[in-house]
Amino acid sequence: MADTAENVDERKFTLNFGPQHPAAHGVLRMIMDLDGEVVDRIDSHIGLLHRGTEKLLEYKTYLQGLPYFDRLDYVAPMNQEHAWCLAIERLLGVEVPRRAKFIRVLYSEMGRILSHMLNITTQAMDVGALTPITWGFEEREKLMGFYERASGSRMHSAYFRPGGVHQDLPQELLDDIMTFCEEFPEQLGYIESLLSENRIFKQRNADIGVVDEKTIMEWGFSGVMVRGSGLAWDLRRSQPYEIYDEIPGDVFQVVVGNNGDNYDRYVVRMEEMLIANDIMKWCVENMPEGEVLMAGSKVAPPRRGEMKRSMEALIHHFKLYTEGFHVPEGEVYAAVEAPKGEFGVYLVSDGSNRPYRAKIRAPGYPHLAAMDHLCKGHMLADVSAILGTLDIVFGEVDR
Amino acid sequence: MTDALQELGEHISETCADVVKSFHVSFGELTIIAERDSILKLAKFLKDDNQCVFETLIDICGVDWPERNERFDVVYHFLSMRLNQRIRIKVTADEATPVPSLTELHPSADWFEREAFDMYGIRFAGHPDMRRILTDYGFEGYPLRKDFPLTGFTEVRYDDLEKRVINEPVQLVQEYRNFDFLSPWEGMTKELPGDEKAEKEPSDG
Repeated sequence: MADTAENVDERKFTLNFGPQHPAAHGVLRMIMDLDGEVVDRIDSHIGLLHRGTEKLLEYKTYLQGLPYFDRLDYVAPMNQEHAWCLAIERLLGVEVPRRAKFIRVLYSEMGRILSHMLNITTQAMDVGALTPITWGFEEREKLMGFYERASGSRMHSAYFRPGGVHQDLPQELLDDIMTFCEEFPEQLGYIESLLSENRIFKQRNADIGVVDEKTIMEWGFSGVMVRGSGLAWDLRRSQPYEIYDEIPGDVFQVVVGNNGDNYDRYVVRMEEMLIANDIMKWCVENMPEGEVLMAGSKVAPPRRGEMKRSMEALIHHFKLYTEGFHVPEGEVYAAVEAPKGEFGVYLVSDGSNRPYRAKIRAPGYPHLAAMDHLCKGHMLADVSAILGTLDIVFGEVDR
Repeated sequence: MTDALQELGEHISETCADVVKSFHVSFGELTIIAERDSILKLAKFLKDDNQCVFETLIDICGVDWPERNERFDVVYHFLSMRLNQRIRIKVTADEATPVPSLTELHPSADWFEREAFDMYGIRFAGHPDMRRILTDYGFEGYPLRKDFPLTGFTEVRYDDLEKRVINEPVQLVQEYRNFDFLSPWEGMTKELPGDEKAEKEPSDG
């Protein structure tokens, strides 16, 4: 085979990656054009998990549509529900009870820890570290326990409802969350001790997948992808919702990185988990008493005890769970700072009990779209490391 | 907040009078109705003007209004991280007329436009790589159009004899039931059901 050596294109070949590959974080298929071990072009094929959420939402009442949001980014389900509830509430023009706001923030930050914990440990596994994932999942398991005790379900909770949250939290649960918050930094420290100064982890992540400001703007990045590059952009701070503007500055700080590479994004996520932990603590400490769902409103179901005694409450309950509530005509875009970036819902209502159009803006979608841009010129082994720090979950990318 | 948006809307509609049809502020959000063919010019202005600086393209999506002449709305959401403000641009389109693509200005428009094409069949002129993105290889039709049934037209299964996945027409054991829970009592109609009988001549019998 001596004559093939003269063939200049021998180094160039095309590789199919996925859709069933553990480093693909789900069902991503990439067609990679390689020049030796260097990536020339990546063509991502997505949609293998497309379930038509947006179409289904058009056929469901607002309340029936809510559980679909748990199934988008199934790593941090309540953050998605939050955006849906905010959009509906803004159209209805209602104000959520204060205790419900605290509970929402508490559980949103819990979702942030859930998501970052999964991302950091699985990304570490992509670059060769096996232990962090087992330690990290232990912490996630505890948090999912709190999800279950609040909503009855470990993952698909359907806990945030338009007008508040479905059930109140018992004091014992708040106490247990507090205990968790006190122990969590130490547990996180153990994981950190495995990664932060680890030579292999650093070699695989430092100076890999550098994101500059131009890339951020052009490719529509949000969340940690922005903060890792030194831009202090956080929707919780710049366009605050719920009670984020009341949280004191020493509890809630926006963490930014310096270099915008994989390693900085790892550090930002680590720090954000600690801050999310502090916010959870603050929420439990300052949790006001009161209602968690708007009492006597048309969007919230009556309480069980009331239904046993009042005919009107029973009728209202029946109407709410069959017909649902009507949302005034109009269009809004509501966004929350989900763990992965800006998660938004563009909702068009025609005044009936179902959304006319609901568009879900998932943060992972533009991030993954930039995959070709980010990986060009990198080595093949870096592709999975970069994909890991993009924090892709296919539930939300494919919808 | 609303005043600032109103001001911004006036500023944009004055400077680009030939592009902007109208604007309004509702629910604390600024919406601009623009001319389809000059959307690229408007997006460029929004990106460069120092009162706008809308550098981040958040989203592009379609909305289907089948009863209208130009049935689609193409909705753009922009964000300015520098000035911390958002804007929504709406243009209209139909199945045949293409909307100018924003890919040269915002590379992120690539996938958003592919999705709008995949879901609604909206064409984008000047898009470098217009393929379907979310639906299956070989999929036909535009699933988010209002005239596309929720159950779709085909279903897939693995055929044991042919040893491959095959497409066949959807067969439902039970008709898809679309419950209409809209109450006739709550201000939906002026006339109550049964009222039309009042005018009728009573038939003898």
